[in-house]
Amino acid sequence: MGTVRRHIYIDAPADVVWGIVGAPDRLHEWFPIDSCEVVGSKRWINLPSGLRFEEDIITLDHDLRRFQYAIVNNMIVTHHLATVDVIADGADRCIVIYATDIEPEPMGLVIIGAAGSGLKKLQSMFSPVNGVS
Amino acid sequence: MGRKILFITTDQQRFDALGCNGGLIARTPNIDALAAHGINYNRAHPQNVVCMPSRSTMITGQHVSTHGVWMNGVPLPVDAPSVASTLHDAGYKTALIGKAHFEPFLDPFLRFAENQLAASGTHSLIEDGYLHRGFDHMESAAHGGMGTFHYAQWLMKNHPEAVPMYYRVLDMELQVSALGGTNTGAPQAHINNIPREWYHTDWVADRAIAWLESLDPDADWFCWVSFPDPHHPWDPPASELHRVNWRDVDLPVGFPVDRAQREAILDAKPAQWRKWYDGDFVSNYEAPRRWVPNTLTEDQVREINALTHIENELIDEAVGRLMKHVESRGWGADTDVLFSTDHGEFQGDFGLLFKGPYHVDSLMRVPLIWRPAPSAGVNPATVSAPVGHVSLAATFCEIAGLPQPAYVEAPRLPVSDEDARSLGHERVLTEWDSVLFGKIVGLRTICRDGWVATACLPGSLHNGTEGELYNLANDPLQQINLWDDSAYRSTRDDLLADMWDSLPTPDAVRRECDAPV
Repeated sequence: MGTVRRHIYIDAPADVVWGIVGAPDRLHEWFPIDSCEVVGSKRWINLPSGLRFEEDIITLDHDLRRFQYAIVNNMIVTHHLATVDVIADGADRCIVIYATDIEPEPMGLVIIGAAGSGLKKLQSMFSPVNGVS
Repeated sequence: MGRKILFITTDQQRFDALGCNGGLIARTPNIDALAAHGINYNRAHPQNVVCMPSRSTMITGQHVSTHGVWMNGVPLPVDAPSVASTLHDAGYKTALIGKAHFEPFLDPFLRFAENQLAASGTHSLIEDGYLHRGFDHMESAAHGGMGTFHYAQWLMKNHPEAVPMYYRVLDMELQVSALGGTNTGAPQAHINNIPREWYHTDWVADRAIAWLESLDPDADWFCWVSFPDPHHPWDPPASELHRVNWRDVDLPVGFPVDRAQREAILDAKPAQWRKWYDGDFVSNYEAPRRWVPNTLTEDQVREINALTHIENELIDEAVGRLMKHVESRGWGADTDVLFSTDHGEFQGDFGLLFKGPYHVDSLMRVPLIWRPAPSAGVNPATVSAPVGHVSLAATFCEIAGLPQPAYVEAPRLPVSDEDARSLGHERVLTEWDSVLFGKIVGLRTICRDGWVATACLPGSLHNGTEGELYNLANDPLQQINLWDDSAYRSTRDDLLADMWDSLPTPDAVRRECDAPV
């Protein structure tokens, strides 16, 4: 089992950041994918390479600010659970933690590399220049 | 009009692969001729023994601790120094044709420029106003017909039937495959029915020649021709297998035939050696996780060596074609040619294949040849002083008549041992760091005065007291580890003190690994 994790601090209130992270259909705004579609508890994401992943939305907890999803029906990925937490660090700052458990193991490094890019993009979206509010 | 630079690299090629370095099987007359008319370095080391960190040293002129690409999968930042940029800014036309690998290969999110270029069918990229890595033209290839490389795109478009002829490097679990497809069952050995003219070695040479042909006769140029071979998989075109019959190949001198002797040698080394041999600890992604080295047979060693020799002959013939083209353009007298590889390969030494945290000649001693432009009037020489790839960037700038860039960490390559002394080429350093799902290995190595000393950093198997010490003159195969021999304690301590003094200080925060490779 590959288990990987990245985190980033963002100078914005947790609720504001959760407004994006907690919206499964807004993934393409911060994660390095081309587009995504959400239907009920299903999400499909389209990668720039042309790959398309089907996902089950497992948890969308607006109180805990936790989003969990799993890649399913995939020829390569046999097990997957991703968890994204947005945790307040005071009134105007939060930490976003992205963790994934996945089989096959090497896929974890691919996913977490993309997640790292996504977290940096998320942080930049809340920078004073780009300020999402 | 200045001197032109043809930089030719291979991937995972041993020092003894070439005739000019004592190789007895592969016929390499074109590379041997470069050595005969140039400077052949017989103690050249890479600064890391896997691709991405080593190649990052070549382009930056920096040690691994400085450029920060500490293992495969860690991308070289887009704003890292690049000698290609320096040359481009000085008016050189610049190209990299073949394997780049400053950025990860496994990239379904297409986050990295190298992969984006091939996917979009373009050959250069401007980022924040800068040419990516300083190359006017990038045309990529790797070890087969799949992936986001220009070669793979070309093969799929023009000869799709050939794509599956290559060995499939990764299995369905994205692990480096342990399967073998030849007589002996050797891992990553395969019968490839691709016609030779479609094979990546010839394609890289074809594309390099096409780029050179596109240049103005008066242009100054820097062309990095980067052959993906003889890196595994060992699957040269089947039409070429007649060149070396594996049944006729002698076992390498570094392969102890007696199993008990082989295992005793491994037991005298730090723990990562024997644990990998027994399949108990796979520290890095570059070797098949499911392959256990202690299952390696003599016939498998013979076959992998034979296939490697064949691949080396194809490379040599491609080099011959490149040289002929350079001559045909009238550039022969003014072209410097540098030839090297990114790291070595066990090829059976110690009963092992592939590569990993093992700092011995199999992986560290690499071919390095500089054939200065004949018009420069530099005398041919053999240089014994320790040198490294870290000197390449300064050498390219010297050839171009540019001052040594501030970002490089080593002087240019010497043209003689006397020149080496005056330039301060006393030692060469090699670093290893790997973290693979909690398995942590770190090594730091110095080669100086005919010794190689390696310190193991604290990690999953080591507490920081272990290491290796070899006398290269008395023990050229590095089979006798003197690390704990009290008679050599002061030698060991002197070497280590020099090594710690000489290594750059890495950034406090290590960069993230973004892919397996």
